[in-house]
Amino acid sequence: MSDEILKVTNVSRVYETSGGGFGRKNKVSALDGVSFNLVQGETLGVVGESGCGKSTLGRIISRLDTPTSGEIIYKGNDIAKKSLAAMRPLRKEIQFIFQDPYASLNPRRQIGAIVEEPMRIHGVSKDERRARAQELLEKVGLDKNSYEKYPHEFSGGQRQRVVIARALTLKPELIIADEPVSALDVSIQAQVLNLFKELQDEMNLTYIFVAHDLGVVRHISDRIAVMYLGKIVEMGSVEEIYNNPQHPYTKALLSANPRIDQSAKSTRQILTGDIPSPLNRPSGCSFHTRCPIAVPECSTREPELRRVGAVDVACNLVL
Amino acid sequence: MAEKLLEVKNLCVSFKTRKGIVRAVNNLSFSINHGEVLGIVGESGSGKSVSMSAVMGLIKDENAEITGEVFFNGEDLLKKSDEELRAIRGKDIAMVFQDPMTALTPVYTIGWHIREQLQLHSDISDKAARERAIELLEEVGIPDPAKRVDQYPHEFSGGMRQRAIIAMALSLNPKLLIADEPTTALDVTIQAQILDLLERLRKTYNSSIIIITHDMGVVSELSSEVLVMYAGRMVERSTKSSLFANPQHPYTKGLMNSVPRVDRARTSRLETISGQPASLLNLPSGCAFRTRCPSAHVACTEQPAFISDSNGYGAACFLLTQGARS
Repeated sequence: MSDEILKVTNVSRVYETSGGGFGRKNKVSALDGVSFNLVQGETLGVVGESGCGKSTLGRIISRLDTPTSGEIIYKGNDIAKKSLAAMRPLRKEIQFIFQDPYASLNPRRQIGAIVEEPMRIHGVSKDERRARAQELLEKVGLDKNSYEKYPHEFSGGQRQRVVIARALTLKPELIIADEPVSALDVSIQAQVLNLFKELQDEMNLTYIFVAHDLGVVRHISDRIAVMYLGKIVEMGSVEEIYNNPQHPYTKALLSANPRIDQSAKSTRQILTGDIPSPLNRPSGCSFHTRCPIAVPECSTREPELRRVGAVDVACNLVL
Repeated sequence: MAEKLLEVKNLCVSFKTRKGIVRAVNNLSFSINHGEVLGIVGESGSGKSVSMSAVMGLIKDENAEITGEVFFNGEDLLKKSDEELRAIRGKDIAMVFQDPMTALTPVYTIGWHIREQLQLHSDISDKAARERAIELLEEVGIPDPAKRVDQYPHEFSGGMRQRAIIAMALSLNPKLLIADEPTTALDVTIQAQILDLLERLRKTYNSSIIIITHDMGVVSELSSEVLVMYAGRMVERSTKSSLFANPQHPYTKGLMNSVPRVDRARTSRLETISGQPASLLNLPSGCAFRTRCPSAHVACTEQPAFISDSNGYGAACFLLTQGARS
């Protein structure tokens, strides 16, 4: 497809940890054979619980980390193994937004300098930098005189706006946002989510939006990937995933979310047990230890992600 | 009518800081009956946690000033000495905090934590306390409790630690359990387990629970009554069903509209509350919400009274009195 911006094929990331004893190493498979593609202007929401690999996925695609294997084709070029120097020009186009707006801004620098920094690195002239920084600060809804203020003078929501302005300075095409609103209060979260959408409409941005909050992800995404222990277990359009989930984990995740409307409570299903450690992943389908419909076969046969109806799902039992 | 377990009257908490006086809690009054679950919702700085710390006598800062009355079983907790409070805390009123990673001492076993709580308040032998600890762990759903009781906090996952803390809190069968954001640090599927556990325990022991949270969904799952706070004041109090069906205060309405919902198809824009939460150092005169309120008018520069019915349900907003007049 012509407007495909990103194609990820079979990407894995294995971390080695010490602690096996006697110099042995433990292997943690944080990402295991993840594949998907992304079309310009769309938003892919990535959801899952702690340790599912959603943040690792974001870091790998933005090449803050290098995959152990697999391909990441960005606009026709494989960036999976590119060196740091070779990645540099591409960093303009792929930007990252982190969760904690308190940790992402240098407390000793003025907002203007913070927002201009990416342009300075990429050799934009001083006057142009200043004009663009002011334009962007205004665009993300901050006051003009924010330029000379310091991060501590801003609240969490305003800081996240500064972070967003900084990410936009180099006219990126793909923005990877890792839990960008989870540190914010509800009323502020809604403002920042709206800002993400406005900017997308205006600049035709493509988002990968990593979050644990199912409501937030539903609101912002066109497509959803649900992850569990390093794998995508289900992927499809937002309507399909929320209205007609196929994978038992997706079903459980949706029903576990506390709801304001209590009329649906009777159908609630609570998973037993904890999320297994990625260090010690169950054999076969890694969800079988908590799955309400697991059969003995699930502990030996690992399901592939395959198309079932309108979604892709990795479960042996979904037909 | 059921007897009141906890009655808070005109509770005010303020802190002297270099930048001026921070009024963290202003004239908070509410009560809770036996076996009830009260949810307290609000955003950062709304005073929800500070008010509960004050109730528990946990604010020790010399710059803090606490006034008002907190009746627990008819006795004013604010007038009690530290020693008297220690006898009540843990035994009659137990607390569960947000972060299960920091609420346990890493150098002692889980069993030690529960035993300590038991032996502090009752004359019980080491052996019997250990037995009881195992029973409690089993009750909160820790698998293999006889082995787990001798493990250390780092050997437990986040959800299991929170269960262990709930086991500690329940060890003496408290009349009131105060849970401050008990599930915020947990994953959704684990959160569902813990909420289910709290509900089950309430039914078994007829304990009252006050749950403090910023999550409307959690409130809706658990509580029968809800109290909404903004900038240190109670702005609305209501039963859960009427709060969600028919919120009275503009802040409550705004808060509910700004939550992206799992159970609703997406809209192009979320409704938002404009502006930033009010700074406690520099509150607007009158109604603290007026600078962000879509229905604010001149009268709002005065503090609106809390208009309530005989059950104490109502809201602090001039719109309510105007509605009554017209």
